[in-house]
Amino acid sequence: MRRYVIRRLLQLIPILIGITLLSFGMMHLAGGDAVTALLENQGVAVTQEVIDAKKHELGLDQPFMVQYLNWFRGLVTGNMGTSFVTGKDVFQTFASKLPATILLTLTSIIATVVVALPLGIVAATRQNKFVDYLIRVLSFVGNSLPNFFVALLLIFVFAIVLGWLPVISANIGKTGVAAISWAGLVLPTATLAIAMASKYTRQIRATVLDELSKPYVEGARARGVSESRILTKSVLKSVMIMLVTLLALSIGDLLGGTAIVETIFQWDGVGKLAVDSIVMRDYPMIQAYVVWMAIIYVMVNLAADLLYHYLDPRVRLGGDE
Amino acid sequence: MLEGKVRNGHTQDRADGLTAGGAGASSSASDSVTVRTQRVRRNYAKAKLVVFAVLAAAVLAVAVLAPLLCGYDPYAQDLSHALEAPSPTHLAGTDRYGRDLLSRIIVGSQSSVLFTLLLVVMIAVVGTAIGVVCGWKGDKLDVVLMRTSDVFLAFPGLVFALAIAGVLGGGMINAVLALAAISWPKYARIARGLTLAQKGEPYLAAARLAGCSTAQLVFSHILPNIAGPLLVTAMLDIGTMMMELAGLSFLGLGAQPPVAEWGSMMSENRSLLQTAPWTIIAPGIAIFITVMVFNLLGDAVRDYIDPSQRGRRKGLDESEEV
Repeated sequence: MRRYVIRRLLQLIPILIGITLLSFGMMHLAGGDAVTALLENQGVAVTQEVIDAKKHELGLDQPFMVQYLNWFRGLVTGNMGTSFVTGKDVFQTFASKLPATILLTLTSIIATVVVALPLGIVAATRQNKFVDYLIRVLSFVGNSLPNFFVALLLIFVFAIVLGWLPVISANIGKTGVAAISWAGLVLPTATLAIAMASKYTRQIRATVLDELSKPYVEGARARGVSESRILTKSVLKSVMIMLVTLLALSIGDLLGGTAIVETIFQWDGVGKLAVDSIVMRDYPMIQAYVVWMAIIYVMVNLAADLLYHYLDPRVRLGGDE
Repeated sequence: MLEGKVRNGHTQDRADGLTAGGAGASSSASDSVTVRTQRVRRNYAKAKLVVFAVLAAAVLAVAVLAPLLCGYDPYAQDLSHALEAPSPTHLAGTDRYGRDLLSRIIVGSQSSVLFTLLLVVMIAVVGTAIGVVCGWKGDKLDVVLMRTSDVFLAFPGLVFALAIAGVLGGGMINAVLALAAISWPKYARIARGLTLAQKGEPYLAAARLAGCSTAQLVFSHILPNIAGPLLVTAMLDIGTMMMELAGLSFLGLGAQPPVAEWGSMMSENRSLLQTAPWTIIAPGIAIFITVMVFNLLGDAVRDYIDPSQRGRRKGLDESEEV
């Protein structure tokens, strides 16, 4: 196991270099546009001399690799420059918005499991019965709805027609820290959970069916073990292994996929920050978002892989070269 | 390795057995499958494929013929008829400028459907080409390209696409490029794996001995043999890509107003959710139906050419289709 962990950590190095190169290269793609955006945001009259002076000041006239190394040093030390728009430290702004996104991610995952696990198991045990059919149709519908449409439908029904829940999710206090309103968490969570639960219900159903068709289940049945006991004692275990690792991997996807939902519900997390920064052409902020989300994602994926190895002895013993 | 498995997860999810509306496609493993059942299944898969292919063709026809089908000029403002609820004259109602929503939805299908297809064709072709080259050539080129694809896969969800679209600026082409940048590695990996598997097959050695050139081997032997799974992946991707493209437009990073596109229509009418909900619900339903049609088609294609189905037809005792 330890050798496996070390090997995986070593594999991470080229990936991280690639991530930083790509994120940095993107800024280059924007080129002089970034400087223009900065100057415009500062209200400076943009002339070629001003642009050149600013480029020199920011070190943008240096060779690519020099710039990259400077930037990389900043990344490691947490000094990623200041926002073009607010003038605040980019890394601190990102870090301050991250907890809100993590909270939303966690609630969505919990909601997903609460919905998908029972539905998947019911669908599998009543295979090809009406309930199964209904659940499969629902999950298909859930998979065909874009999340911004789901979000707007939920707002329409629960906030406007019924008036049960607020549309805007977080109130930003004077301190700059988002005071979380729990009622406001419901709709964004539901939006993200509907898409995920639709996906997982299928997967859980498939796993349960797969498991139920294995010889040991046949054997247990022959010995007179009750169906519910087979389900809870044996089948559920293998479902859990699949689920835990899949969910761990989804954390990364969720963290990166909340941009639209956060924007619609005005949830003050990193996704909304990214969209706002893109609209304002706040390049240092976009860069910080991209590179840090990728790093977080890679780390979470690694953790998920390790967890999978730990949970499933077959993989642990077989896959450990 | 799990990572690889789940990264392709998207394809596998779909492969997980939901054949919507198709309860008959799966059966319990312990059943001994009779020849008759196999034939019924096969015919069923074929019928499904035909039905959904026709539906998808209809959607495509609407997209291509859009200008001819509009009852109204989708860009003509008529403020005296602004924000009218759906009625026999305006079947989907009008927006705040009095533009007929149904006409805008029909014209919007050009952006939404045609650009999605462009995107999927693009990533499938580019990804497959890279994957086949990697699998065929091996060596350093393979390592370099595969590590590159690892890096692209290391960005979660839409994060990188958002940033690229942001840097490139709005516009459908830029949105397509942004999504293409994050989507090609999936195809490259599948194509590479399949090519590697084919490379070891005796028929290739035979073909080479018979004097086939490399180009012939690749184009007339390998590609036809690996096309099936790649086609299935591409078909299943259409719906997802359509939603992601519409999502970028919704955020203002795709189609720019006043161009009619479903995602941006919903975005520009967001403030009307309370007073004129049809301005959002109508394009929303258009996306939903279109995505569903293509998802159903994708499932049907998979059921039709999936190897496990073929295996069944030969009467092999297959385990449960999961």
